[in-house]
Amino acid sequence: MNPSNYIILASLLFTIGAVGVLVRRNAIIVFMSVELMLNAANLAFVAFARMNGNLDGQTVAFFVMVVAAAEVVVGLAIIVTVFRTRQTASIDEPNLLKY
Amino acid sequence: MTVMPAEGVLSLIWLLIALPLAGAVILLFTGKQSNRWGPYLGVLTVVGSAILGILMLIAMLDLPVEDRTITQVAYQWVFVGQFTVDIAFQLDQLSLVFVLLITIVGSLIHIYSLGYMAHDPDKRKFFGYLNLFVAAMLLLVLANNYLLLYVGWEGVGLASYLLIGFWQSKKSAAAAAKKAFIINRVGDVGLSLAIMLMFVTFGSVTFSDVFGSATNASEGTLTALGLLLLLAAAGKSAQFPLQAWLLDAMEGPTPVSALIHAATMVTAGVYLIARSNVIYNNAEIAATAVIVVALITIFMGAIIGSAKDDIKKSLAGSTMSQIGYMMLAVGLGPIGYVFAIFHLLTHGVFKAGLFLGAGSVMHGMNDDVNMRRYGGLRTVMVVTFITFMAGYLAIIGIPPFSGFWSKDEIVHAAFERNVFIGAATVLAAGITGFYMTRMVAMTFFGKRRWEPGVHPHESPKIMTIPLIILAIGSTFLGMALLFWGNIESWLEPVVGYESQPTPLPTSAYIVITLVVVLIGAFIGWITYARREVPIVAPRGNWLTRAARKDLYGDAVNHALVVAPTNYAARSLVWFDARIVDGFVNGSAAVVGGLSGRLRRTQSGFIRSYALSMVGGAVLVIVALVLVRI
Repeated sequence: MNPSNYIILASLLFTIGAVGVLVRRNAIIVFMSVELMLNAANLAFVAFARMNGNLDGQTVAFFVMVVAAAEVVVGLAIIVTVFRTRQTASIDEPNLLKY
Repeated sequence: MTVMPAEGVLSLIWLLIALPLAGAVILLFTGKQSNRWGPYLGVLTVVGSAILGILMLIAMLDLPVEDRTITQVAYQWVFVGQFTVDIAFQLDQLSLVFVLLITIVGSLIHIYSLGYMAHDPDKRKFFGYLNLFVAAMLLLVLANNYLLLYVGWEGVGLASYLLIGFWQSKKSAAAAAKKAFIINRVGDVGLSLAIMLMFVTFGSVTFSDVFGSATNASEGTLTALGLLLLLAAAGKSAQFPLQAWLLDAMEGPTPVSALIHAATMVTAGVYLIARSNVIYNNAEIAATAVIVVALITIFMGAIIGSAKDDIKKSLAGSTMSQIGYMMLAVGLGPIGYVFAIFHLLTHGVFKAGLFLGAGSVMHGMNDDVNMRRYGGLRTVMVVTFITFMAGYLAIIGIPPFSGFWSKDEIVHAAFERNVFIGAATVLAAGITGFYMTRMVAMTFFGKRRWEPGVHPHESPKIMTIPLIILAIGSTFLGMALLFWGNIESWLEPVVGYESQPTPLPTSAYIVITLVVVLIGAFIGWITYARREVPIVAPRGNWLTRAARKDLYGDAVNHALVVAPTNYAARSLVWFDARIVDGFVNGSAAVVGGLSGRLRRTQSGFIRSYALSMVGGAVLVIVALVLVRI
């Protein structure tokens, strides 16, 4: 199978994720979209590794997974805390940090 | 002229300066503990210097003429490569007469001050300053190089400033002190530039080196040196155009006016030019400039002296005029140097006497200085009156009083040079006769115009005895110096002397001068003694009104210096506030305004931040792609 198809798939997934982050208000959905973008990037890394014939891309993909796991922990904790204090999961509601 | 190593009493030159300097240090640094005995110590140090000076005179008289220049190195001060300056003293005939004038007149004025300042709470400080002045003035005349002379020059300026402003709680005194200091600074710039020019030209600033190689320098350099030294002399000696400070300097205590602003410090300019005679002998233009400045000052001083009702300011005008005579004489060159110093010595004595006399009168009149409120004091202040008359006859030049001999020699020397200069000096002598007669008539003769409650009385003995000694000096010093002391041959080795033939015999000039002086005195007498003196000054003619305002000296200074300086300062403030600060504040305002706009993007909506991030990433990618292509 042509590896560039994986790149196209990764691009599609990344775009879906990015649009999801931009247009959805629910923090959980936004979070899922972020995860989608990360995984799209991972897919692209692995595809590149295959295309180049070495393991660099796969190695980086593992790093991304580790970072994503940590990010999930922190991100979910923030979402839970915000929900507890403000009774909302919308990301437009907590807007105190502004000019 | 050989330079002799100092021997015997002549090796103690440093002690002349060290005594009053030690007095000043003790008096000024021991504080209240010395309040009781400090003034007496101050007097003793100066008297000690005077005795030392007299012993040196006796020692010097024993030396042959060519060995009378004695140099003593006290301390190696500056040594940079080839250039060395020592703290070294040079005692010769010229400095010795100055030493005697400063210490003897200084002693008398110190003694007088014991009485005059008896009730002043800051008496100790006053004597400390006076001692400081004497030390600085001795340093000025004993230095063997221009740099050390400059130290003394600034020292007397400092003492003068401190003493003019001695009653500094009086606003006018504080202002007068500042004025004297600032105007003197202008002259000091001339002296420091002259010293730099000497260093560049001759590579040395000692008198012997400069004068020894002066003839090798170009005439342009010597003219520049002469003009710069003239600027310095004009500042210190209150000559036109730096004369404005002397009249205000009368705000100081009267003994200060007598010692500093009549007898010694203001004659430092004459000393400087007489000392630098080699330069002026080879710079015709500079010498002529000295004569022009001197002639203007002679008449300015005399006219101001004729119009002032304040006895001290009238005497100050007279001092300006008399120093003008000395400056004229030094400007005349070798025909005049010795007579300038001669007049300086006699003037130092009789003017000190006149000032102390004025102080004695003020002492009896509750410190009133307005002569229109004096009158008829001759019967109540007999000693003051008689001693003042001796000074009066000396200054207008009536034989055999001392001023006659010295002024007559200057008039004669002026005629030797040029008949117009001579005529001007005779005319000024006539004005001198007028204003001094006016002063004497208004003070000691006529009706008693005292303010109610004023009870004039004779001053205590401690004040009258110095007056008597100075009066004796005013009477006999001229004859003594001329006939017994042979002042010309005494000073000739230092400053040079030559005489030129005049069209008329010498006695003719004496007669002409005397007649003019007597006419002036007669006019003064019929105006101020025979007629009633109004207590409120009449309006007077335009010249009187101008003279009361110091011939607009302050107005000219204001228009030429103060107003432009103020304008420049204000312009610079405007430039600073508007342009410099405007640039700084403006850039801050631009950054601040821009930030105000930019922070609107901090909306708090996470999705808009995310959009800008995506936008930025897209931009970066597009840019990378475009660059790659």
